[in-house]
Amino acid sequence: MMILKMKKEDLPAFLESAKEWGELWGPTTKDGKTSYAKVDSLSQMDLKATRTVIPPKKFLYPPRFTMFDFDEEGFVERTGDVPKRILFGLHPCDVHGILIMDKLFLETYKDPYYAERREKTLLLGHSCIPDDKCMCFATNTDFVAEGFDLFFTDLKMFYLVWVGSSKGHDLVRMRADLFSRNLDKNDILNYTEYRKWKTAQFKAKIDLTGMPDIFELGYNSPIWDELGEKCLSCGQCSMVCPTCNCYNVVDEVDLGTAEGTRDRFWDSCMFREYSVVAGGHNFRDKRADRLRLWYTHKLQAFIGEFGKPACVGCGRCVATCPVDINVATVSTALKEQEVGK
Amino acid sequence: MKKMCVVLEDREVQDNPFQPDMWRIVRRYPLTSDVNFYQARPVDVDEALKMNYMPGQFIMLSIPGEGEAPFCISSTPSRPGLLEFCIRRMGTLTSSLFDLKENQTVGIRGPYGNWFPLDKMEGKDIMIVAGGMGVAPLRSLLLYILDNRDKFGRVTYLHGAKNPGEMLFRDEFFQLKEREDLNCLLTVDKDDTGKWTERTGLITTLFKELGPIDSKNTYAAVCGPPIMYKFVMEHLVKLGIPKHQILMTLERRMKCGVGKCGHCAVEYLYTCIDGPVFSWWDVLHMKELIGRGASDKTIA
Repeated sequence: MMILKMKKEDLPAFLESAKEWGELWGPTTKDGKTSYAKVDSLSQMDLKATRTVIPPKKFLYPPRFTMFDFDEEGFVERTGDVPKRILFGLHPCDVHGILIMDKLFLETYKDPYYAERREKTLLLGHSCIPDDKCMCFATNTDFVAEGFDLFFTDLKMFYLVWVGSSKGHDLVRMRADLFSRNLDKNDILNYTEYRKWKTAQFKAKIDLTGMPDIFELGYNSPIWDELGEKCLSCGQCSMVCPTCNCYNVVDEVDLGTAEGTRDRFWDSCMFREYSVVAGGHNFRDKRADRLRLWYTHKLQAFIGEFGKPACVGCGRCVATCPVDINVATVSTALKEQEVGK
Repeated sequence: MKKMCVVLEDREVQDNPFQPDMWRIVRRYPLTSDVNFYQARPVDVDEALKMNYMPGQFIMLSIPGEGEAPFCISSTPSRPGLLEFCIRRMGTLTSSLFDLKENQTVGIRGPYGNWFPLDKMEGKDIMIVAGGMGVAPLRSLLLYILDNRDKFGRVTYLHGAKNPGEMLFRDEFFQLKEREDLNCLLTVDKDDTGKWTERTGLITTLFKELGPIDSKNTYAAVCGPPIMYKFVMEHLVKLGIPKHQILMTLERRMKCGVGKCGHCAVEYLYTCIDGPVFSWWDVLHMKELIGRGASDKTIA
């Protein structure tokens, strides 16, 4: 992969030129909550924030959108109204999350809605500062080698810039004067030092090795009932998880007409009606059953299918769940056969 | 600064897998008091012969404004041109569909899912076991086999219903009973008419009448209410039919049919693209395929 070097003070000028391609979006912090917002320049972004509340999946797969307009004649696809966006400041876990979404939405049957947004969104990653909730060291997602268009690693005076796609390369070419290919010994030493520093930042204690077997052994464990008792079925874990892709579809009719829209919106397997079939049979009536599906899917089933967990260690479930059910507490409870307080 | 234009607009044109095509209901009649039978063809008749499907596959059926849900196909691809399906009045969408009249249009997309492995089933004896609504997908398989009768060995069809009035396709099966190349056994749990001329009792009582079967050379296909599986499977396994030759087609909530919406997930499988046809071995080692709860500790 092409790796370039850029002076740190040149970043605002680079982003200014990139805006010619599309809207610039980046992490901004307001009242202690970080979220992606449309910005004019780097100065409005908060690059020190560890995680946004909602992962960047919302740009590729919005919480609610219209798939079709319909009338009595049939259904007309609604595409083409997606703006071109540049997302700046994605962390390695965010990019890994999108790589998993790519597998789900672009393989086998290609989802045209996701594909369109994916093509019209440039992903510009940025190195991060892990906090006590970060678990990416345990999911092997603390660094990232693909999926982004550009990735900026902050080495104090300089950025090392990984060029991950032809589109990313085009952005670089818009301001080729800001980039250099002359990397020397010091750059390598600085980068090695950075990796060491990052690896030393993690404080969470979590080990996901052997999870598929632990889940298989623990399928009937009363741990699930105990966790189910605590769970509120609120579904926030699904909303904030970068790899939760489930959705529901409803038809909305304009009153008094036969016209309307077929809309798609985020769903969660934590919701009671998630597995209900016609006639009312619910394949997962108990909260424990639904909780087990969520975690089995991420930490066991996905490993069997794709060779890695569908958890990127971003820590959003840790930061969000009101009753402390998350990847760390569930995997630990299952291993130690005790639900922590 | 040199300006350049980044072009991204030339994305490949591709079909939208969620796009329903409009079909016209050309025939509808009641099978029972709460199940209707429908025949449909594309509004654009030129498309009628382009619908390629296999027994066991399903379609996503929608009424604009009411919603969309999966339905199994009851017709056989060996009789192309029309799609047939059965709908029981259950929820909001099924009630709307139930009320559909001839000449009205519906949205249909598909076919989706896997199908009965007919290439492997050819040359083998076939045993089809249908309970209640389970006949809906199995009728496709049965008719396909009968339309290609020379390619299969002995064919047995076992069909159970609650009572004579609840038996789907009753007249059709009474006609099929007359065929010499099909062993068609019909039973009802309870005869409330006093006029029932066939067997009475649970579907499992029919197994006693089968006589010797060439079990290793037999494929079984089963569909019915969840309660039926346990007892039917016991019989089929006892008969010595290999577990991967006992097939069933399953039902799940689905919103997409193409492995995206997540609703039909079972472990690492999606019922919509990895199923809906699974083997008894799949069910035994993939927990939850037929809704076994956490408390089920059976080994057989």
